[in-house]
Amino acid sequence: MTPSNPTQSISVPGSIVAAEPYNEEIVRACVIASLVWLVAALCDGLFIALQLAYPSLNLGLEWTTFGRLRPLHTSAAIFAFGGNALIGTSLHVVQRTCRARLFGGDSIAWFVFWGYQFFIAMAAIGYLEGVTQSREYAEPEWYADIWLTIVWVAYLVIYLGTILKRREPHIYVANWFYLAFIVTIAVLHIVNNLAVPVSFFSSKSYSASAGVQDALIEWWYGHNAVGFFLTAGFLGMMYYFLPKQADRPIYSYRLSVVHFWTLIFLYIWAGPHHLHYTALPDWAQTLGMVFSIMLWMPSWGGMINGLMTLSGAWDKLRTDPSLRFSVTAVGFYGMATFEGPVMSIRQVNGLSHYTDWTIGHVHSGALGWVAFITFGAFYYLVPVLWKRRLYSTRLVEYHYWIATLGIVFYITSMWVAGILQGLMWRAYDELGFLQYSFVETVAAMHPFYIVRALGGALFLIGAVLMIYNLVRTMRGEVAGVPRAAVAQAAE
Amino acid sequence: MFLRQENIEKNAILLLVLTLLTVSIGGIVEIVPLFTIETTIERVKGVRPYSPLELAGRDIYTREGCYLCHSQQIRPFRDEVERYGHYSLAAESMYDHPFQWGSKRIGPDLARIGGKYSNDWHIAHLRDPRDVVPESIMPSYAFLAEHNLDTQHIAEHLAANRAVGVPYSDEMIEKAKADELAQLDPDGDNSGVLARYPGAAIFKPIKGTPAKATEMDALLAYLQVLGTEVKFRDVDPADLAQ
Repeated sequence: MTPSNPTQSISVPGSIVAAEPYNEEIVRACVIASLVWLVAALCDGLFIALQLAYPSLNLGLEWTTFGRLRPLHTSAAIFAFGGNALIGTSLHVVQRTCRARLFGGDSIAWFVFWGYQFFIAMAAIGYLEGVTQSREYAEPEWYADIWLTIVWVAYLVIYLGTILKRREPHIYVANWFYLAFIVTIAVLHIVNNLAVPVSFFSSKSYSASAGVQDALIEWWYGHNAVGFFLTAGFLGMMYYFLPKQADRPIYSYRLSVVHFWTLIFLYIWAGPHHLHYTALPDWAQTLGMVFSIMLWMPSWGGMINGLMTLSGAWDKLRTDPSLRFSVTAVGFYGMATFEGPVMSIRQVNGLSHYTDWTIGHVHSGALGWVAFITFGAFYYLVPVLWKRRLYSTRLVEYHYWIATLGIVFYITSMWVAGILQGLMWRAYDELGFLQYSFVETVAAMHPFYIVRALGGALFLIGAVLMIYNLVRTMRGEVAGVPRAAVAQAAE
Repeated sequence: MFLRQENIEKNAILLLVLTLLTVSIGGIVEIVPLFTIETTIERVKGVRPYSPLELAGRDIYTREGCYLCHSQQIRPFRDEVERYGHYSLAAESMYDHPFQWGSKRIGPDLARIGGKYSNDWHIAHLRDPRDVVPESIMPSYAFLAEHNLDTQHIAEHLAANRAVGVPYSDEMIEKAKADELAQLDPDGDNSGVLARYPGAAIFKPIKGTPAKATEMDALLAYLQVLGTEVKFRDVDPADLAQ
């Protein structure tokens, strides 16, 4: 199975003409929103990285402390940048692969778009004010959670409705992943955010469960935000855009079936590996570890399916730098999904947990996989949506190398920092005393925090180059070609 | 057979339902037993609901995102037990809505910070961490000493905690505000608050009188109770089996 042809009027030769044009305005809006939030997420990330190297940057103000700005960074990156990219591309892919305009009309689609931006704004303003549930990656308070639930149900209705009215007999594989992402995130969000507000007029709530049960519910949510938001959703993106860019069908249909069902079955068990050696009972920790290791296989199934799609088309990497983003993303996906199972082994986790190794791991996934697969998709999608040529391929090359270098700085510095700190914590001197006080291990992190911030700065510079390139593309310009000539060529 | 992939991928509702079922299994198997197996939480004495002032302090701890840099979960390793104290028990966070175990130690673990440092040390440290720990990278929280503590709504906070299962009695909720202030009044009558919340620290607030209680006072009360409720010398190791 291959996705249908990108032109909206006529698909494959000799086939049917689309009954109504696709809703592309909503996809364009999501792409723009995603780019705006990307800059916000990266700037905030760079700022808090610098705070760890130079604490005076906390500025002595309550709104600018690390504690308030870190949820802003993670939410902006995952939910604002990633979420808009997922909503936008999923609504693009579902229309194209189902050959149907979005179900439910334009107003409900716009409700999803603006409703989601409103949720992000509500959450972000709350963070600065100190309104937080203090649950990692689920910080928004009860009123924002209720609002998001409404928006998300509308999103599911549009998505599922469009699949139901499709004019293709089969549901394309990208849609399985997007659908699993939408529906599982709904379940996770509702269960993890069950809480009792102090009053109708109070922003504060108390979570329904406490202590050990609450910890497992939160990490069941947290790890599956990774599994279904940052993995299944972006695999949906990979399954449509990578074949499009490579102009090849997916390598193995059978592999996509097997890896889809095993991935979604196994992922949900992996949460307890965040709670190794804690007060969580051992049986739950062991289950979490065993399933995390098994998860390696379906993860690599996805990687193999993505990379092998390139077979016979590897030469395109030379001429199409945007494809390099997608392929490198799949490579990082493979690396992060190998590192993850290793870190889920209890004895390894005993060293890595609570250290920056985890931060490095998260960012090889977030920057290398999530952001890169999105960048690859956007470089392909923006010319399609705006019906233009890409402004500059050269700038894409610059972006690629600057961003890749940034990731390398980031993850290598965090590997060294994490392992060093983990070893320092457990080091004993010859007399049998702890060798280092805690604060000595903090001071040892300083050079690595600077290198990490440098990596983040490079990644930000690359992103700004991309936005410049895409904006010029949207305006119909091509580097080195006068405007009039571009317009003429388009006719 | 009906449940073949070629049928599933032609039927959106079937795909949706099977996806939901597939992703439900792991969560149910892992989470439900935690509520039903009795030994999940150890049988130790001493863990009590937070006093109103401690709860107010905990709300500030969560508001400021302290959990992003400080864990509250000591693992059963030689170095952690020597550095921080007895490894953490599930029982010790049984009234924590939400849990604050954390996932990162940019700063040290705080599960047993209670009683390790004086109030004066904490005040100096919160105002400017580098005054007392030159290498610290913690932000300054001097503003907490400038914010008046909201004592008007504390009873509602206790009631919301009771709604999610914390055993606050009617009396505790009724006297919440009085108890909150009594904890900051060493010269007054503290018998009520100490009877309801054994071991609560009674201390003079930064600005001298309970009427001028600040958010930093509440945070101190919370920090000073952390990890102090279970008296490990009285615990029978058999009771720690999960």
